[in-house]
Amino acid sequence: MRLITVAGPPSSGKTAIICKTAEALQADGVSVGVIKFDCLSSGDQVLYERRGIPARTGLSGNLCPDHFYVSNIEECLDWGLQSNFDLLISESAGLCNRCAPHIKDVCAVCVIDNLSGVETPRKIGPMLKMADIVVITKGDIVSQAEREVFVHRIRQVNSSAVIIHVNGLTGQGGHELGRLLRDAAAVDSLQGKLLRFSMPAALCSYCLGQRRIGADFQMGNVKKMELG
Amino acid sequence: MESTYADMTLDQLFGEHPHAREFFSALGLSSLPEGQTLGRTVAALDEELLLDVGIERQDLLGQFCDYMAGIERLRNQQQALVSSVTVLGGRDKSGNPENFRLELRPGEVTCIVGPTGSGKSRFLADIEWLAQGDSPTGRTVLINGAAPDLARRYAVEQKLVAQLSQNMNFVMDLSAEEFIRLHAESRMVADPAAITATILELANSLAGEQFTPVTPVTALSGGQSRALMIADVACLSSSPIVLIDEIENAGIDRKRALSLLADQDKIVLMSTHDPILALMGQQRLIFKNGGVSSIRSTSPAERANLTLFEEMDARLTAVRHALRNGEEIAGEF
Ligand SMILES: Nc1nc2c(ncn2[C@@H]2O[C@H](COP(=O)(O)OP(=O)(O)OP(=O)(O)O)[C@@H](O)[C@H]2O)c(=O)[nH]1
Ligand SMILES: [Mg+2]
Ligand SMILES: [Zn+2]
Ligand SMILES: [Zn+2]
Repeated sequence: MRLITVAGPPSSGKTAIICKTAEALQADGVSVGVIKFDCLSSGDQVLYERRGIPARTGLSGNLCPDHFYVSNIEECLDWGLQSNFDLLISESAGLCNRCAPHIKDVCAVCVIDNLSGVETPRKIGPMLKMADIVVITKGDIVSQAEREVFVHRIRQVNSSAVIIHVNGLTGQGGHELGRLLRDAAAVDSLQGKLLRFSMPAALCSYCLGQRRIGADFQMGNVKKMELG
Repeated sequence: MESTYADMTLDQLFGEHPHAREFFSALGLSSLPEGQTLGRTVAALDEELLLDVGIERQDLLGQFCDYMAGIERLRNQQQALVSSVTVLGGRDKSGNPENFRLELRPGEVTCIVGPTGSGKSRFLADIEWLAQGDSPTGRTVLINGAAPDLARRYAVEQKLVAQLSQNMNFVMDLSAEEFIRLHAESRMVADPAAITATILELANSLAGEQFTPVTPVTALSGGQSRALMIADVACLSSSPIVLIDEIENAGIDRKRALSLLADQDKIVLMSTHDPILALMGQQRLIFKNGGVSSIRSTSPAERANLTLFEEMDARLTAVRHALRNGEEIAGEF
């Protein structure tokens, strides 16, 4: 199974582009499941299921959702493996701009929208800087000049990523993104894999800078989700 | 390359490559000491600071070199010249073959007509994707008569198609002059001030009502915005193809707008329901059932009709004007 971590600021269009891409993939016979991580509430699971995409939600409550994510992603991977998906996508909103769910050797996507302003690429941390693929949304409502400046600003902070425009409403570009995701590396276990960047602040072992994944490395305030 | 940069002091580096400074400020490393070599500076960076800005020390030099290589590519305009785009027909929604070979050349305007859902968007997506028989329509796209390098599919800096549609607005909080200048700088043009002045002048020559360089872009009228977008795409966009989704019939000289794009050697594709716009092109593609059902060159008889339609249009414009001025709509118009 291939695992993809999708992150991006709130309302940047993550769910929209995952839906469009999953539809394009499903049309080619690729099965896709999604795990959504959020803080307090999320209606995304319903949006996915309505389109026939199996989904689960993890709510972190008072923890940083990315910290919560890393304590649960192994179990999520198991869920995906048991469900026999070809592709498992995790969606998480980057709330603190400092933590990123991206894992070394696991395909990392950052979704960012043209409306958020040209300064935004500079404000987003490792979630953007360490992504393999940067998806830009909402190009349908800004000028060509703004789209080009925005791409340039993203290039300044991530010189190697593939940058791709996807329209979350019409799905234009979703097919093309799907091609990239199909080529992502297969992952059968996350045991011992490293986060691409450490997560600061202090509640659990990951707050203290731990980067290794696995039950042995989780200490302190660790919450587990119900996957059913 | 990595070692050349690493051995330069930041003074030297920023002096010879002004864009280098932007890389560091974008990362949040703006107040670096400039006397030391880049290699030493990076080695001496505070661990805390690196954590704060979210980058690993060992990646920093490599990323900087990638960035500089990208800037060089942009500056040398390595965008190989596109002298033609050829589209070979595939099949429509029912699987019927399209049987066409379409040549698109710089300076030509091709119109696209057909109801929504008739396959217009997919056609444009095929061009953007450089389809090689591997899209749902089975069409093939050739650049300069040959199969293109497919690495281009994901090279955003070499995007083939620039887009302009009625839904697009400016969202940046800048004056017209600042805005164009920002775009020019990001395109690494040699003289941003000069090109900015040219674009503002061209936009004003297209717009019905004049605007000044200090007008905020968000305060421009519909016609002025469209005029500025067209002048900007014509002069600054890197993409050889410009796709236009209608040009509204108010506050902008549509004929001049199209010839401006053509003069700048753009391949213009225009999707429209407006008979005047449709006849302004050299040819038009008619879409049905997900495919191109026919291709027509604009005939001399059609051109004669275009002149007639333009006169009718001018009369209607005069009526609109009179309505706005509170005049009675009677007598000759
Ligand atoms: N115009 C336009 N709107 C878009 C596009 N992509 C997404 N949207 C809209 O933006 C809003 C937010 O999109 P979502 O997909 O829910 O964003 P998200 O990143 O998943 O949001 P959270 O999960 O809440 O953080 C929705 O109303 C979408 O319809 C786009 O390309 N163009
Ligand atoms: Mg969402
Ligand atoms: Zn955090
Ligand atoms: Zn934590």
